[in-house]
Amino acid sequence: MGSPLLEVTELRTYFRTDGGLARAVDGVSFHVHQGEVLGIVGESGSGKSVTSLSIMRLIPRPPGEIVAGSSIRLKGEELVDAPEKRMREIRGNDVAMIFQEPMTSLNPVFPVGEQIAETVRLHRRVGKEAARARAIELLGLVGLPDPEERVDTYPHELSGGQRQRVMIAMALSCEPDLLIADEPTTALDVTIQAQILELLAELRRRLGMAIVLITHDLGVVAEVCDRVVVMYAGQVREQGPVEAIFRDPRDPYTQGLLASIPRLGRRMELLTVIPGTVPNPVRWPGGCRFHTRCPHAWELCRREAPPLFRAGTGDVVAQASGAGTSAPTHDVRCWLETHPERRASP
Amino acid sequence: MGNYLLRRILGAIPLVVGVATLIFFVLNLAPGDPAAMYSNPNLPVAVIEQLRRNLGLDQPIYIRYFKWLGSFFTGHFGYSFAQGRPVLDILLEALPATLILAFWALIVVFVLGVAIGIYQAVRQYSVADGVLSVSSLFFYSMPSFWLGLMLMLLFSLKWHEWGLPFALPATGMTGVDYDYLSFGHKLLDRAAHLVLPVTTLSLVLAAGIARYTRGQMLEVIRQDYIRTARAKGLPERTVILKHALRNSMIPVITLFGLYLPLLFSGAVFVEVIFSWPGMGRVIVDAILQRDYPVVMATSFLFALMTVFGNLIADVLYAVADPRIRYD
Repeated sequence: MGSPLLEVTELRTYFRTDGGLARAVDGVSFHVHQGEVLGIVGESGSGKSVTSLSIMRLIPRPPGEIVAGSSIRLKGEELVDAPEKRMREIRGNDVAMIFQEPMTSLNPVFPVGEQIAETVRLHRRVGKEAARARAIELLGLVGLPDPEERVDTYPHELSGGQRQRVMIAMALSCEPDLLIADEPTTALDVTIQAQILELLAELRRRLGMAIVLITHDLGVVAEVCDRVVVMYAGQVREQGPVEAIFRDPRDPYTQGLLASIPRLGRRMELLTVIPGTVPNPVRWPGGCRFHTRCPHAWELCRREAPPLFRAGTGDVVAQASGAGTSAPTHDVRCWLETHPERRASP
Repeated sequence: MGNYLLRRILGAIPLVVGVATLIFFVLNLAPGDPAAMYSNPNLPVAVIEQLRRNLGLDQPIYIRYFKWLGSFFTGHFGYSFAQGRPVLDILLEALPATLILAFWALIVVFVLGVAIGIYQAVRQYSVADGVLSVSSLFFYSMPSFWLGLMLMLLFSLKWHEWGLPFALPATGMTGVDYDYLSFGHKLLDRAAHLVLPVTTLSLVLAAGIARYTRGQMLEVIRQDYIRTARAKGLPERTVILKHALRNSMIPVITLFGLYLPLLFSGAVFVEVIFSWPGMGRVIVDAILQRDYPVVMATSFLFALMTVFGNLIADVLYAVADPRIRYD
């Protein structure tokens, strides 16, 4: 497959808070290949959004900081210590981002076309007219009806789905290699969600860009992703091809997430939930960070943090996991990998 | 928009008439007899009575009220008791000086206030932010007449005593040798005379605008669309001065209307302190002389300018915020 487009290695992003040092992202490694859709899944507070903002280097500093030793490589170029000027060239041009709230992510006082054209003018150094023409073209590309008229409308005159289309048009304006979509459908109606996902999938096919799709909705992952990274408490719990994760979820946390998807046609008295909430990032639990909520937990889990294992083999995955060039791997951070006999007794 | 403006202007008419009525009755029901001001107490009663008739004070208050109101429609405003000249002439002489003072003060208030507010918000919790916060609170709570006197003492009087160059003039709009100066020096002379009055008038108000802008800016900087702007790769300068500023100016524009009365009442003090030949001085002199027609007309003109300023603020509001549409 060649070298990956994006390679995140041992990423640590910490925040100084009044309560202490919050280790929001704490040693995360993953990679994205050209044209691939990677899903990052986890509950609120698991570190998904901080990971994506770290890639863009948009972590507010202070209080946040990407800790030394972290590495984020885009096409081989290190971003963690890149000068701010270089980052500005990358943002919106090589890597673009769309956010969860289309209601608040667009500036209310500028016409949507101007907000798109601004990015084009910035990175493509074209004139006002050309940038405007490009904005109209992009609005058409993302399926907004009457783009010639919509180009001059203000965000408040559009619906939520239309605004998210505008956000996508803005993100695509400079044909980025990588699109980071942070919960792009969470704030939308279900029918609109499907349309936006379909749009993203289609644009990926047409433009060949890679997408990092951050979501807490495994249904969304199943629909559009090639591979999945499951995050919990600032770490990767499990990662692998989407079929492998859905067919054979090995980590109790992933199993819990899958079990909590409500299914049509299945009679259930209660929705299955993972008990408890994500712990406080200032004081992650010792040992395995999931042991406080895990139905399988025993003394080993409380005592010692599990490394990442290659699924089904019990082999510990070396540093910079999965960045190799071979077929996609399936890795799990759980002691059950070396103690399979305990799986039976929840 | 045109329709809205027309409705607002029509709506302002009862307001303006109300203000005129209030001014008239408050002044005319106040104790004190103008006729007594302009006559010797030893004069025979008949002479004083004649004087009252001459000033029109012998008529019942409601007749005087309607006469006075009528004089508005002719744009005449009646005659000054003290000077015997038409009030209109007095106003027209004094108005330009006040407008010059208020105009420059308004510009300094908003430009300086907004600039300081932005700077503080961008460098929140820095030493500069702290120093500016303390000093704006200092000026905000300072009476402008005292500030004016202190500035005059320092930059005019002491400056001169210490032998420093460019001591600023403390009184009037122009120097005594104004008529003999070249055009360029005339401008310079006028500018020099503006410095202290404008500073006095604007520092107090700019401090308020700075505090308000800082708060608004901090609020806006946290918004999602600012993160979007940064994610596009825009330089921080554009993010702040284009995307954040426009949004944080929306509530500040509302202050424009609220600040006009403060500006005019401030101008009254400043004009007296700096012998600025404007409406503020006219009104103070007129009050001391019980020159009711002049007091009423000046107060009314201030009220009119405030109403007009609020109208401008509403229009600016719609210009800045596309979500506001007056239909």
